Amino acid sequence: MAVKIDKNICDGCPDYNQGRCERICPGSLISKQGKKAKIIRPEECWDCAACVKACPRNAISLYLPEEVGGRGTELKVQQKNKRSIWIFDREDGSRKVYKTG
Amino acid sequence: MKKEVLKTDLLIVGGGAAGSYAAVTARREDPELDITVIEKAHIDRSGCLAAGINAINAYLNPGETPGSYLHYVKDDSYGLVRDDLVYSIGQGLNRVTEEVESWGLEILKDEDGNYLKRSSRSIKINGENFKPILARKVRKSRIRILNKTAALNYIVQDNRVCGVFALNLKEDKFYTIKAKVVICTTGGAAGIYKPNNRGQAKHKMWYPPFNTGAGYAMGIRAGAEMTTFEMRFVALRVKDVIAPTGSFAFAGGRQINSQGEEYLKKFSRITTSLRLFATVEENRKGRGPCYLDLGHLDLDKKEKLARSLLGMCPGMVLKWEDQDLDLSELKVEIEGTEPYIVGGHCQSGYWIDSNRRTTLPGLYAAGDVAGGAPKKYVTGAFVEGEIAARSAVEELKKLPQNFLELNITELIANEYNRVSSFLNREEGLEAEVLEDKLQQIMEIYAGGRSQYYRLEAEKLLMARRKLNELKAETVNLKADTSRELLAVQEVIERIEVAEVLVEHLLYRKETRWPGYQSRVDFPDRKKEWRKFVNSRLRTENNELEIIERKYKSLGDYAAFKDYDQADFYLEYNL
Repeated sequence: MAVKIDKNICDGCPDYNQGRCERICPGSLISKQGKKAKIIRPEECWDCAACVKACPRNAISLYLPEEVGGRGTELKVQQKNKRSIWIFDREDGSRKVYKTG
Repeated sequence: MKKEVLKTDLLIVGGGAAGSYAAVTARREDPELDITVIEKAHIDRSGCLAAGINAINAYLNPGETPGSYLHYVKDDSYGLVRDDLVYSIGQGLNRVTEEVESWGLEILKDEDGNYLKRSSRSIKINGENFKPILARKVRKSRIRILNKTAALNYIVQDNRVCGVFALNLKEDKFYTIKAKVVICTTGGAAGIYKPNNRGQAKHKMWYPPFNTGAGYAMGIRAGAEMTTFEMRFVALRVKDVIAPTGSFAFAGGRQINSQGEEYLKKFSRITTSLRLFATVEENRKGRGPCYLDLGHLDLDKKEKLARSLLGMCPGMVLKWEDQDLDLSELKVEIEGTEPYIVGGHCQSGYWIDSNRRTTLPGLYAAGDVAGGAPKKYVTGAFVEGEIAARSAVEELKKLPQNFLELNITELIANEYNRVSSFLNREEGLEAEVLEDKLQQIMEIYAGGRSQYYRLEAEKLLMARRKLNELKAETVNLKADTSRELLAVQEVIERIEVAEVLVEHLLYRKETRWPGYQSRVDFPDRKKEWRKFVNSRLRTENNELEIIERKYKSLGDYAAFKDYDQADFYLEYNL
């Protein structure tokens, strides 16, 4: 799995019958189970980050799997007024931010 | 599974680049038409543009013409393309680019306000939101969009395509969608070969793993003529994260082997497939790994590169940040991906006429699923979507009003029973099991990465036998949910595409496209093979028939009889 959903932050999009991530995932790999979104077929993920961008609570992040040498840095994206803010949080607590758009 | 029957005038199967553009064009051509797009995922982030894209790679910068575009594409494809299709794409590239800019796509500009050139046929864009922009335009065009709806099979009556059967994942619904005319824009096929990585990084692949060849497989089953499956596409990409090497090209990167040697210099003529082939050969001969050496990269350039990559391949930047790499001297490892079947980079797909009409009445095709025109990329898919939509609307005008009064009760029952037979089984095979077997067969016997993409008759015959056995196992597949049912359908699609692919690979007894189609037993390019290898399933006896089609230069096509483009390729005498 190269995408993780923080269960403590995810609120399952209570105003919708489908989670925003569940709706947008191009592989239909996410499913709302109870009040939380869950990745049902993690190994099929394409890393497109559509769910990361769609999550209204920023509960989803992209990371590099161990199979390709990942060290735990997490990427989150916030989209505001056609601009994207890309936040990289490393394991050691350091952070790098890029802005695009 | 609930059943529902829908009727529409024009049905577009697949809401990616080609499908979205076709939908908008059809609405513009006819304000009254009932138009439906079905989309396996969600139109906001589906198809090849899900993550975004940072350049338009088929655009004619000043000095380029449709003729020079055809020249380039034909040269790069070793003389074998459909000149009429490629040229007509060239005629529309700049128009569709300006059109999508007016929809909200941000194209970067130079100081004089001209599009920022990346190379002679490429411009830079801020395309992270490209797909949402297209989707918004489709919605504004009053189109019915059925998301999470995957096409299963065409409805064919009296030899005409009259709609599709489809599965809706969200509502567990079996759709019968009757349509007067259908445009297929489902994309190409990934997942036929074993992916580069394993486990959770399995789909760090270049092409969307959700493009499983649905449109190819539906066409094959219905007896459509298909072309050039044997020209597989293998992308040369940055290892592990599969970022496109083109994004690094601005810095003038040199391809070097482990000894620092610029190995492309050994070749007098460089094509896209040769860049890959040369890299694979360096590895095979023990001079790998190979790198793209960008030399010194100052901080400003590095930041620019990172921002550009975020709008297309965020995983690349994630890797840099994760590993805290010092990028002042940037040298990235490059390798080939697993092979894909894709009409937008290579030319596998439906055999179509200049109006993008397939050989099946009532069915048009555009984008990656349509054959004969390599290097069309996103903008070429738009042009094809536009041409297909215009042709479809023309045909619709001529059809009688009561055209959809079909009596297909039996066809509906048959397809419903076929699909539901996989559900509610106590025992059976999971789709993943057969997918692994398929990828293993293709990897070893049909020229996968570990075989350096090399092909030979004995192994291909083995692949044919093994695929035959594998196909027989598909009746034992099982699914507990509609998502699993989709996975069952997808693995069947992939197996059927693989079967046709192997027949095409066996038939072409030369090596035309090194790396994409390298025959160990027929290593040379031969003049007499400058022809198309097509195939068609004879539905009466379920046998695949191979059909050879001649190469024709542009002026030989009726629509372009006044265009005298000399067949420059003859100078290579191949």
